[in-house]
Amino acid sequence: MELTRRGFMALGAGAAALVLLPIRPAHASVEDAIAEFTGGAEIGEGGITLTTPEIAENGNTVPVSVDAPGAVAIVMFAAGNPSPDVGTFTFGPLAASQSASTRIRLAGTQEVIAVAKMADGSFVRAANTVKVTIGGCGG
Amino acid sequence: MADVKPRVRVPKTASAGEAITIKTLINHQMESGVRKDKDGNLIPRQIINRFVCTFNGETVLDVAVEPAVSTNPYFEFQALVPETGEFTFQWFDDDGSIYETTAAIEVS
Repeated sequence: MELTRRGFMALGAGAAALVLLPIRPAHASVEDAIAEFTGGAEIGEGGITLTTPEIAENGNTVPVSVDAPGAVAIVMFAAGNPSPDVGTFTFGPLAASQSASTRIRLAGTQEVIAVAKMADGSFVRAANTVKVTIGGCGG
Repeated sequence: MADVKPRVRVPKTASAGEAITIKTLINHQMESGVRKDKDGNLIPRQIINRFVCTFNGETVLDVAVEPAVSTNPYFEFQALVPETGEFTFQWFDDDGSIYETTAAIEVS
């Protein structure tokens, strides 16, 4: 088969489409955001507790709390939100426990992820799936 | 946002070195920047982007807040009270204003 210019262009376009095809779902950006926080370090399990409701009727205010004894900072992500960042909790010397509670918005049923940076520089993560009946991002 | 009223709950007394629970709430619409108005225009983002709690100048908690935090942001956390003093709470708005409140605590 002879490769014409037109054929070649079509091939190129197809290849480009293939590369771009995984339209970077929200999940990829979450992994990117986590990698940015950890600097690519390996993330362990355990030593961090993330408490979320199993089912949230109203995605506008979902109570979440996170507890990671010995952590310096905890970052929270909502994997399915338009922008996955939720917040970064940095604990000072007068924090009695490395825990915090807040209320967050969830656009729909999704995974909530918390990553803690420990005092020794290691990282741990916890993730929970929250079912959301009514999304909370006013889309 | 002239009507922003920060509210904090801090015990009035504690014993030295005791861990106390602090609850804070501030009324703020936390406009996320992804919502649209009736005409389909994006409503610009206006949120509290940072919350800081200090005791006598030492940090207890510093939160970088993103649009995913709900309207009327609420934070609950625990602090150590080494001596009699004052907690200072600050909320930083996107528009540059800082809402501040304090709460005194006595060590008996």
